[in-house]
Amino acid sequence: MSNSEIDPGDAVHPGNPVTVDRYTAAARVNHWITAISLVLLALSGLALFHPSLFFLTVFFGGGEWTRTIHPWLGVVLFVSFLGLFFRFWKLNLWKREDGTWLARVRDVVAGHEEKLPEVGKYNAGQKLVFWSMSLLILVLITSGIVIWDQYFGPYFTITQKRVAVLVHAVTAVIAISVWIVHVYAAIWVRGTIGAMTSGQVTGGWAWRHHRKWLRNLVAKH
Amino acid sequence: MYPPLPNPTVTPSAPKLSDKNLVRRSASSVPAAEPMTQVAKLIDVSKCIGCKACQTACLEWNNLREEVGVNTGTYDNPHDLTTATWTLMRFTEWVNPQTQNLEWLIRKDGCMHCADPGCLKACPSPGAIVQYSNGIVDFVKENCIGCGYCVKGCPFNIPRISKTEGKAYKCTLCSDRVAVGQGPACAKACPTQAIVFGPKEDMKKHADERIKDLQSRGFKNAGLYDPPGVGGTHVMYVLHHADQPQLYANLPKDPTISPIVEIWKGMTKYAGLAVMGAVAAVGLLHHIVAGPNRVSPEDEEAAKRLAERGQ
Repeated sequence: MSNSEIDPGDAVHPGNPVTVDRYTAAARVNHWITAISLVLLALSGLALFHPSLFFLTVFFGGGEWTRTIHPWLGVVLFVSFLGLFFRFWKLNLWKREDGTWLARVRDVVAGHEEKLPEVGKYNAGQKLVFWSMSLLILVLITSGIVIWDQYFGPYFTITQKRVAVLVHAVTAVIAISVWIVHVYAAIWVRGTIGAMTSGQVTGGWAWRHHRKWLRNLVAKH
Repeated sequence: MYPPLPNPTVTPSAPKLSDKNLVRRSASSVPAAEPMTQVAKLIDVSKCIGCKACQTACLEWNNLREEVGVNTGTYDNPHDLTTATWTLMRFTEWVNPQTQNLEWLIRKDGCMHCADPGCLKACPSPGAIVQYSNGIVDFVKENCIGCGYCVKGCPFNIPRISKTEGKAYKCTLCSDRVAVGQGPACAKACPTQAIVFGPKEDMKKHADERIKDLQSRGFKNAGLYDPPGVGGTHVMYVLHHADQPQLYANLPKDPTISPIVEIWKGMTKYAGLAVMGAVAAVGLLHHIVAGPNRVSPEDEEAAKRLAERGQ
């Protein structure tokens, strides 16, 4: 059993039920800063994306404030996500069982987890969310800087800005879609949200969804 | 000579340009507009002497102050359009390869008032850019959010965003003057009638006369610049070299709204909402069909056994 399969803060507490520490307080705070900034970014971005959503600017103090705040929220998200990236990247590296898990995606959506391979702290779906978000946020901050006229206007040509604004819009649509998948998975798989609120999940949750991770944690004791 | 517009009467009259005359309003829709005569400004480049009276008149009428700049070796002053300079004389020195003559090509740059305005198409803020049924495209300052999308939409690189106010500015075609039956300040100030203003049809006829005159003087390629790629414009040029508009400080030959902008403001806008909506709908449907994925008591038991066994 290699320690690379678990994070330093992860631990099992025997009891009834067994509880498992999944996220440290720092990781949770980091996650929620990212989450809040992402939601605000989506709302302010969508306001300028489609005229029917322009009313969302009222939550930011009008159109001008929406335009002003949005890029700064992007900076907050980028820095915050960078924190998450360095926390989580190692356990999100692709493993052999991830291919098998993904090949049986029909059993995943049907909830037949007994037919799936045992997985570590993250399954292939979570890993895909992690890596796609990493890539999408990188594209969003890069294209966002190109169209942040207030500070970077003179450094780019109009053609570059046209390409950037299109890339930014398309990437944001994909990122919001990935975010919907992420939120839905957390709701669908009951017992998951506690991992990001209290930091803990039950032993049964870990047994059912991340058995290899649980085995590694028990073995560590 | 095209007859200049008469001076205004001293009795005040109600403005003839209002929201009833809007054919387009950015990021929103408008009811059918009250029709008006299409107007146009015709700039005869061959008659321009580069005096910049038009630039001065523009500053004066619109109460603008340009910063004192520096000389970089051309007559262009300032060097580019700014939030205070809505019209700019651009000077080009060109040696005609056929005649070996040095030609001084002077073009009055500014908003072209496109029939199909890219700025309006790109604008995300309802009512920040409007188009009147007489052809004038105007920015409405109080609705502008300063995002700079109009800059990306414009095929002529015209709008400028103020650093201090965060608002977009460009030539209004003196919509306030036109509203009370006057012509633009630049046309009023032009001493050579290089700038004339009137109904677009009249302007085209006047341009025809000018083009015939130029052709009779050896400018075989003289012609009218009213680019169809943007649906025609309400600022038109008579050019002595209409086959090479790019000679005149890079006036685009076949301007159109960039296809990138068309995709961004067309397909992407609708497909984007559809994709996000579909992903959310699939999630909802999945939850209705498959139900929640719950941890069973057996799972908890198994975890307990594993934790106690310690391996």
